Amino acid sequence: MIKNINFVSKFKKANFISIIIFFLSIFFISLKGLNYGIDFKGGTLIELRTDVTVNASSIRDSLKSMNLGDINVKKFGIDGDYLIKVEQKNVNNSNLIPEIKKTLSDNLNADVDFRRVENVGPKVSSELLESSIIAISLALAAMLFYIWVRFEWQFSVGSIIALFHDVIITLGIFSILSLEINLSIIAAVLTIVGYSMNDTVVIYDRIRENLFKYTKISISDVANLSINETLARTVITSVTTLLALLSIYLLGGEILRGFSFAMILGVIIGTYSSIFVASPILKFFRVSYKTLEKEEKKIEP
Amino acid sequence: MLNFSKINIILIYLIFFFIAIFSVLNLQNKDNIIIDKKVNLGLDLQGGSYLLLEINSDSLVEEKIQSKVIPIKKLLKDNNLKYENFKIRDKSLTFFIEDVEKFELLFFSKKENLVNPYIDNYRSFELDYKLLGNNNIEILFSKFGLLTINNSALKQSIEIVRRRIDDVGTKEPTILQRGDKRILVELPGLKDPERIKKLLGKTAQLNFRLVSDNSDFGTEDLVSELGETLKVSKRIVMSGENLIDAQPSIQNQKNEPSVSFTLDRLGSQKFGRATTDNVGKRLAIVLDGKIISAPNINEPITSGKGIISGNFSFQEATDLSLLLRSGALPTPLDVVEERTVGPDLGEDSIRSGIISLIVGFVLVIIFMFFKYKIFGLVANTALIANLLMLVGILTILEATLTLPGIAGIILTIGMAVDANVLIFERIREELKTEKSIIHAFDSGYSKAKITVLDANITTLIAAIILFAFGSGPVKGFAITLGIGIITTLFTAYFLARHLTSMIVLKNNNRGLKI
Repeated sequence: MIKNINFVSKFKKANFISIIIFFLSIFFISLKGLNYGIDFKGGTLIELRTDVTVNASSIRDSLKSMNLGDINVKKFGIDGDYLIKVEQKNVNNSNLIPEIKKTLSDNLNADVDFRRVENVGPKVSSELLESSIIAISLALAAMLFYIWVRFEWQFSVGSIIALFHDVIITLGIFSILSLEINLSIIAAVLTIVGYSMNDTVVIYDRIRENLFKYTKISISDVANLSINETLARTVITSVTTLLALLSIYLLGGEILRGFSFAMILGVIIGTYSSIFVASPILKFFRVSYKTLEKEEKKIEP
Repeated sequence: MLNFSKINIILIYLIFFFIAIFSVLNLQNKDNIIIDKKVNLGLDLQGGSYLLLEINSDSLVEEKIQSKVIPIKKLLKDNNLKYENFKIRDKSLTFFIEDVEKFELLFFSKKENLVNPYIDNYRSFELDYKLLGNNNIEILFSKFGLLTINNSALKQSIEIVRRRIDDVGTKEPTILQRGDKRILVELPGLKDPERIKKLLGKTAQLNFRLVSDNSDFGTEDLVSELGETLKVSKRIVMSGENLIDAQPSIQNQKNEPSVSFTLDRLGSQKFGRATTDNVGKRLAIVLDGKIISAPNINEPITSGKGIISGNFSFQEATDLSLLLRSGALPTPLDVVEERTVGPDLGEDSIRSGIISLIVGFVLVIIFMFFKYKIFGLVANTALIANLLMLVGILTILEATLTLPGIAGIILTIGMAVDANVLIFERIREELKTEKSIIHAFDSGYSKAKITVLDANITTLIAAIILFAFGSGPVKGFAITLGIGIITTLFTAYFLARHLTSMIVLKNNNRGLKI
């Protein structure tokens, strides 16, 4: 069993790296932007299957005559499966899907099966984006409140900073890799928030317990001890969760790939941040046995 | 923490079996259903269409404000109020009036006010007016007047949508109001969503109008089905409201698909009179502003039965009669969101979902066994129990399982062992300092309790927020994730603890390791 790693000595280096990646992520998100899917941008998505092996560019060319605006065609899973995304201008054309189908089967001379069609109008997409932002903010606020009730405010601030760190970096990586942000990615981000919090709470619980137990030693040492004591659990839970997620990522099909990738990123970043972000913040706030004592007194005068 | 009373043990296993047994119901044979409870498959797994429709009441408001013109003019004349410059705008009426005060008194009278009725529910008048200066006033609908128009249009639209969908005969459609302007339609297992979209996209306002140059009521130029431009009177001889039935039929002479309709008593009278007076003229049958056919009136039709033929295919005749039977929508409906999944993609998703579930499950079980040996078996038993209970609760609630929902189950498996890992690791620590094995296990369980609770509540909060804000498939994920946390707590803290206590109490003196 790995015992007594000196985490505190690595805090400075880790925090430095975290800050750089964090701001790099903000830089990319604000300059390059996020690659919103049709859920948030509006438009039409078609997943199609053909029996002959056509290529993406022939699909794109055959749709050019329809004047649909920006068209994105890419391979999706097995040979002959493609995903078409149309940034649609004429939203009210109720015949759009049959027209596209006809154009494609005429031009490609092949049977075209539309396996999935999604069409989101501009009004709905902006509402979905708005409610997603509200949901994530609300989740962060609820966590902040829960930890504030269960612990002291320093812990609550620490855990929220760690959560911000996780969410921003996950989105930053999505921005750098130009991966699509859709509703399921938002679900993944919210789950990451829950998971990362879960990890942080376990360590915080132990830190609080140890602060009462060892009143004389510094917060750094208490943090170090607590991280070490819970390390086996942190590693094992991350491994089992990652095993489950890898299985979804590799075998769960194309539709779940983005979701499981975001979750895998989030679990790794969330585990890292519980140790290297959430814990050093307590030191920054000079949390000590006395902080806890004061709080206790406030509750039971 | 390791002592269980007999009643406790019985209760724990009773709860477990009672819930877990429901998961078995999903294996029932279709023809031989014992208890009719099952996890529903979401549209993304069984295939089908999700449509979000929005009513557009603008045209209706325009229509309604126009219908106020005659009553208002009459009110002004009857009361000797002088007015000038009467104009019909898009959604309002403007005119100049000498005596504004007297007008206001009449306009806002609560007694038998036919022009501007008082809506009791909202304590507001239907119309409102604005002073534009220089005794010019503008009449428009009040906030609640608009609301009343909107609400009744929405209710009526839902009714018509339901009739049309029922008529097509899809299985178990869901039709719900969403907000104050939208209708949610879910059609599982639908083969041809385009047909439904077409049917819902038509307002199907049918009227019969004479082709004539007589401009008493105004005329408009409409193009007939043969491509000729006809001057059609704006006067409506009869409208679709008077139809009581419409059926597709084949006309014998030409073998041409057409629609035969039956009129109610009032409609028969109107139609009889109009056809009697206008023999030799042409009657335009206008649907949503387009002529479907404009036949000659050869003889008076007094039977209240008629036939519309207009170069239809049989499918078109069937759809048109369906539309006419179900009645006209008060406003056009826009499809603002659509998600359709074909049945074979749904099957593929179920297959890949189940494969990844099994693989993820087996990987976690193997890992736990190698890590904790005999207690790994305890954790794995709890994990299997967890899965059975999770599916059992989904069955009891008849919840909808979506593809992200399956992902939620897999994720629950990965995260569920956390509770047991937390406890086992704590016991390991306790064993280092505590001499008595029973004590070590006991305090391991009680010390880990708070942490396990705290850790799971945070995930539960995330799941609840997802459930509240998510839609469709994402909601399915939130449901499985949330229920998974509850079953995890139960299986870790009751089932696994009881199994552990049995092992510990039996092997107390044999140097038990974890």
